[in-house]
Amino acid sequence: MPTPLELGDIQHFLLARTPALAARYEFLTFDDAAAGRAWLAGLVDRVGTGRSVGSTSPDARWITIAFTCSGLRMLGVSDAALATFPEEFRQGMAARASILGLGGTSAPDQWLGDLANPAVHSIVILFARDVAERDRCERQHREYLTTLPGVRVLSALDLEALPPFDGVAREHFGYRDRLSQPVIAETGEQPTPGSGAAVRAGEFFLGYEDEAGSVPPLPRPEVLSRNGSYLAYLRMEEHVAAFREFLRQQANTPDGQELLAAKLMGRWRSGAPLVLCPDKDDPALGGDLQRTNDFLYKEADPYGYRCPVGAHIRRMNLRDTGENMQRRRMIRRGGTYGPPLPEEAPDDGVERGIAAFIGCVSLIRQFEFTMNVWVNDPKFKDLDNERDPIVGAHDGTFDMTVPKRPVRTRIKGLPAFTTIRGGAYFFLPGITALRFLASGESELVS
Amino acid sequence: MASNNDWSTPKAMAIPKEGYFTLQQGRYGETYPRTPACHGFTIIAKIKPGTEAQIRDYGTKIEQTIAASPHALAPLQLHYLRWVLFDIGPDKYFMYQGIFDTDFDKYTEDAIDLFTATGVNTVFEKLEGFPMDWKTNAPAFIKFVREHQCPSFLEYGEYPYVTAGEIKKALALKQAFSSMLDHMQ
Repeated sequence: MPTPLELGDIQHFLLARTPALAARYEFLTFDDAAAGRAWLAGLVDRVGTGRSVGSTSPDARWITIAFTCSGLRMLGVSDAALATFPEEFRQGMAARASILGLGGTSAPDQWLGDLANPAVHSIVILFARDVAERDRCERQHREYLTTLPGVRVLSALDLEALPPFDGVAREHFGYRDRLSQPVIAETGEQPTPGSGAAVRAGEFFLGYEDEAGSVPPLPRPEVLSRNGSYLAYLRMEEHVAAFREFLRQQANTPDGQELLAAKLMGRWRSGAPLVLCPDKDDPALGGDLQRTNDFLYKEADPYGYRCPVGAHIRRMNLRDTGENMQRRRMIRRGGTYGPPLPEEAPDDGVERGIAAFIGCVSLIRQFEFTMNVWVNDPKFKDLDNERDPIVGAHDGTFDMTVPKRPVRTRIKGLPAFTTIRGGAYFFLPGITALRFLASGESELVS
Repeated sequence: MASNNDWSTPKAMAIPKEGYFTLQQGRYGETYPRTPACHGFTIIAKIKPGTEAQIRDYGTKIEQTIAASPHALAPLQLHYLRWVLFDIGPDKYFMYQGIFDTDFDKYTEDAIDLFTATGVNTVFEKLEGFPMDWKTNAPAFIKFVREHQCPSFLEYGEYPYVTAGEIKKALALKQAFSSMLDHMQ
């Protein structure tokens, strides 16, 4: 029998997607341990758990708290204890930027919000039903911080869902989002057709059996690590005007532009996958969760005539063409920020994009592998000089091949459609661990 | 992917002492370049006293494993593996040399899973300093492999930069042509 999930102790963040239309991320620094502990002690009861947050939750706002390595150290976790945490977490994302392909305008020295600063100790993530509730909570937190002079907001980011608020998540390029997400085996939930087998909890939460059939040793002290996860945060600007201009330059007709947009993504903007609808969009299929993931590549499209081998979704989920897929699954949370750019509008110079968290138990095996190999390896799947067309590290020197009969199309010098404006690695503790950190007992543990 | 290289001109590459020309950090440390002889590793480690016969026996076991499951190692895109036992003074050493088309840093975890599936890890357990908790401690396994990797200072390719996939395609094509010509007799 697998160990049941301790739903009352795991933060809800990776377990449940909340019906939020707005969000706010605040990046905090603590002047000293006492200030950080006092702040945490006052908030811990408001943090949603896997038990308290569900689809029938009456709540209007959901709080999540996570810490960087320097944040854990500031709260009194000893260096000896921190040494039992994985090296990549201790180094932080900025130090590992080159592994992730974050150079040039995406390099840490260009990041916004002070995110490359080791003074970032904690993040508080607020998801809210609407903007009004988000703003109310923001005011409340601001008032709370006036009572704690040793806790300061280094930067913050407001997020809002994009219109028309019809229950469908979209990002700024216009693609339907959140179509595939791993299902955690221990929840008993059934994956939708084509979503792959449910994934063991140990791939997302520390202290559970993973897909290798074992429970890896926990970082110490166990009271701090059990029921925890790691989060990779990415603030990714989307260059919407440049993306639309690229489509116009490459294709003469609106249909041609839509097809090219689909070839880059692997899905039409409706979400309909190219493997199932190679020539024409089928919005009804795109929105049908029972059908929109129900496809494989090996037999249906081995050479990428439908969905190019280098398309975004074919890199992010190799389905039946990848090895050890269950060991690379991750849970994504987040949303869009910045105002939508109206169709036909010129570039307004306003930053807009996706700010997301990728949750897992091993940043190096799951998140960094994805970025290093699937996203940015120019020789991915025997391609030559290509990177993920949407989220890859582009400087105009990589290409995109669209297989076609009789002759393929090769787009030379693909421009960058996205830029990473900030990032960080966080540890997302369980509730017991949050109380442990707030108590100051962590100082007694070495 | 010999697109930028001429497979018909043999090529040698001298490599600096570090094993690379410019430092490029991979997930687990520095990465090594692709050479005319493809990617590869050379792992050398001292064996535990008295384990030589057991290690040699594993050669037969792995032969049987691959006979039963010929494509077990396919994900690594291997060309060749070589296992050697040799003496340095009174001590016995094991050398494990692999030549393949993937960057080892990129597929480290997959390789370790395959080592495990094909019993290579069982040989590793006979090596001094190998972490015996490797089953639940992949980072320690990876650290051991990296610490015992000896980078080449020269690599040569008679048909440089050609991948195993390209060789297999060429042979399949030759076979198809040969068969076609036979049918035209």
